Amino acid sequence: MATVNTKLDRRSFLKVSALAGGGMMLSFSWLAGCKPSSKEELMAMPKEWFELNSYIKIGENGAVTLYSPNPEFGSNVKTSMPMILAEELDTDWKNVFVEQADFYPERYDRQFTGGSQGIRQGWKPMRTAGATARAMLINAAAQTWNVPAAEITTSAGILEHKASGKKAHYGEMASLAATLEVPEEVPLKDVNTFTIVGNSKKNVDGKKIVTGKPLFGIDHKVEGMKYSAIVHPPAFGMKLKSFDKSSVSGMSGILDVFPINIFKEDYDRNFFDTATFPEILAIVGNSTWEVMQAKKSLVAEWENAPETSFSMAGFGGRPSTQVKVPAGLENTVAHKERMAEYIKKSGTVVRRDGNPEEGFKKAAKVIERTYTVPFLAHNTMEPMNCFADVKGDKAVVYGATQAPDFIMNALSSSLGLPKENIQINLARMGGGFGRRAYSHHMVEAALISQKIQAPVSMVYTREDDMSAGVYRPTYSATYRAALDENNNLLAFHVKAGGIPESPLHANRFPAGAIDNYLAESWEIPSNITIGAFRAPRSNFIAGAEQSFLDELAEAMGKDPIEFRLELLKRAETNPVGENNDYVPKRYASVLELVRDKSNWNSPQPNVSRGVSAYFCHNSYVAEVVDTVIKDNQPVVEAVYAAVDCGIVINPDSARNMGEGAIVDGIGNAFFGELAFENGVPTKTNFDKYRMIRHKEAPKKIEVHFVDNGEDPTGLGEPLFPPVFAALANSLYKATGKRYYDQPFAPQLEMQNLKM
Amino acid sequence: MALFNLTINGKSQQVDVDPNTPMLWVLRDHLDLVGTKFGCGIAQCGACTIHLDGNAVRSCQLPVSAAEGAKITTIEGLSEEGDHPVQKAWLEHDVPQCGYCQAGQIMSAAALLAQNPNPSDTDIDNAMNGNICRCGTYTRIKAAIHTASKNL
Repeated sequence: MATVNTKLDRRSFLKVSALAGGGMMLSFSWLAGCKPSSKEELMAMPKEWFELNSYIKIGENGAVTLYSPNPEFGSNVKTSMPMILAEELDTDWKNVFVEQADFYPERYDRQFTGGSQGIRQGWKPMRTAGATARAMLINAAAQTWNVPAAEITTSAGILEHKASGKKAHYGEMASLAATLEVPEEVPLKDVNTFTIVGNSKKNVDGKKIVTGKPLFGIDHKVEGMKYSAIVHPPAFGMKLKSFDKSSVSGMSGILDVFPINIFKEDYDRNFFDTATFPEILAIVGNSTWEVMQAKKSLVAEWENAPETSFSMAGFGGRPSTQVKVPAGLENTVAHKERMAEYIKKSGTVVRRDGNPEEGFKKAAKVIERTYTVPFLAHNTMEPMNCFADVKGDKAVVYGATQAPDFIMNALSSSLGLPKENIQINLARMGGGFGRRAYSHHMVEAALISQKIQAPVSMVYTREDDMSAGVYRPTYSATYRAALDENNNLLAFHVKAGGIPESPLHANRFPAGAIDNYLAESWEIPSNITIGAFRAPRSNFIAGAEQSFLDELAEAMGKDPIEFRLELLKRAETNPVGENNDYVPKRYASVLELVRDKSNWNSPQPNVSRGVSAYFCHNSYVAEVVDTVIKDNQPVVEAVYAAVDCGIVINPDSARNMGEGAIVDGIGNAFFGELAFENGVPTKTNFDKYRMIRHKEAPKKIEVHFVDNGEDPTGLGEPLFPPVFAALANSLYKATGKRYYDQPFAPQLEMQNLKM
Repeated sequence: MALFNLTINGKSQQVDVDPNTPMLWVLRDHLDLVGTKFGCGIAQCGACTIHLDGNAVRSCQLPVSAAEGAKITTIEGLSEEGDHPVQKAWLEHDVPQCGYCQAGQIMSAAALLAQNPNPSDTDIDNAMNGNICRCGTYTRIKAAIHTASKNL
């Protein structure tokens, strides 16, 4: 049993009697998702709660409330984070209530959902908070029973002193425990003794979801609330010139129309303060339908925007950068031409090992392939929206955000209110995928509410949402490999870039496994805004790299898994260069596991298999995709995934997320595409923007985890990037054609296949 | 504006709205039944699926004027206790991730099973193809529909 110093987590141990800003208590629910069986009687609500720290309060009857600090966007942290607390608290899961914490930086260190870091970075603080509360309950029992604390044991919410036969449930000691000193050091459980972590628990909001209870920002209502629609410029590179209020002012239910400026002029933008159109029009009325009707009638003039620039803070304390927004109306055709120029030119050298030029000079054969992907829209099923109630010098904002801490600066500056007068409450998000790290919608709703001095629900139409930017960028990568006459790999070269950012991860595999290695990067500025999209950059570069390695293995006459394992062996035993940011052994272990689980060495007739593996967000994933051509149509029959993300908190839920990432990846690989004509996105709704649907989903998905007892690492993102290549490599076996450009569907259709 | 008499989840309701107002917004804005979700507004995503006389329809394309005289069921009225076999199967398979599309998925699945209590995989694919889930819960949805089919 290890001990842990609680000093580092002091903030979590604040005892604050009131809920955050008079918090809304929106998500109070029993954990039992289903109706309890007669054996599982639910505990009644206690008369009084005693707070042991920011995460935990215990009622006099033994009921436990656990606060889940991070915003929930579907990764199920609202269940898995409390599971960690409950494990170290050593309570009975069926006596637990879970509440979504409001944004409350005085109480919680990191209320951020993104980068697959929730569980990884919450692991120690959650464990410490649970263990500290347990220690305080033990100390209270020791004092009450006048016995040494070291002789008291706990089990499922019961304290026991065996020698004297004394026993009590946590509720009986909670009022005293809440008054005791927080111990400086507490013991943590041995992970091998866990009873909650590692045992699947149902989604704590499951019952509410399947019965349609209000959970999302868009569902929130208060007395006297108005509705608002927005109108943004029709194209990237345009801005508002003028608008005619009278064009809608007589319409039914319309109360007001006005422009809002999202950021003050002197405001230094925080990271994630991306807003495609800093000035938009707001229409306020009595119902959503009425403001959406007015949107269609509103007459406004737009003009070309000049080049602008602003300073934006770096992520995680990195220095600020000056972001340039070029003028002009951009086109996908022109983008492709410019990218083709950059692919031919030298880029910025990011990493160079050995003498790659010499390797290419000596080569008997050079394989060169270029891969591309288009812009993608996030298309969260819940369009951007937010509730805000700003009256006088107080503001309450309730909505979907992955990053409340980041948007607080903008809210404070734009509203002209001190941060302590602004309360952000965290709604369940109808999808995030990175999009809701950019929370401009919160500022927009708050400014509208401030203007009308009434509560407001602002909702984007799907068209607003899909045409408002913050997209996954368009990328390209060119790979070259030099082989000698015996098909030995002499040198490896990657040159990758994009509009407006590069996808290159120069220190990732196969860097470290090849003597002569060169990585170059390039970027082309644009006024089309981009943002994090499930596994940023990895979501492209993994597919390109792993497709190329497949082709390379074939050229070298090697099994694609064996080839990767050979490279990993080299990286493990005699690594090339420095800063290789992966552990070769763990990387190899997922390839070995997927080889085993997919019966890789016993292929089935008429089933085409492709493999891929990738490391990102601190986790290792290998995937095998099986496709068949059925009735002239490519069908994904099965996907096998092997994952090393360390200890898995909630296995069934983890598998669910893995399955979802695989479906999402296959969908984007086949269909995902957003193009531009004169700054206007060519698709603005699901009639044109094709999303994967039931029929195209794999018939079977298996997600397997490596059981290695390591501390948990990322899970929401790492299963997404490798599937693009596993699919492409599988389709190659099925059709005989390599797929270099996403989306694949148009190319498959050109081969007379049905998609 | 005009008065409309509606039967929703077995209850008579009266609303005074523009006759073109889609049922989606009548439910959400005027009757506080927010379980039915807005996703696309053009009947392409299925998030707004409700039952009109037992048939799954997209409420974003159903004007209130066309809903008079019909029996409307929303996710809130699918069962009294949230224990419709489809809802129970959804919990058993722990289907939802973000959860936003799930009311629409459940309403489509319940309508399918009412008409075809023992659907094949292909029947499920066909009936559910109008419901998008960006989280990608399709394989679990299919498994849950098969489970629900056994427990009807």
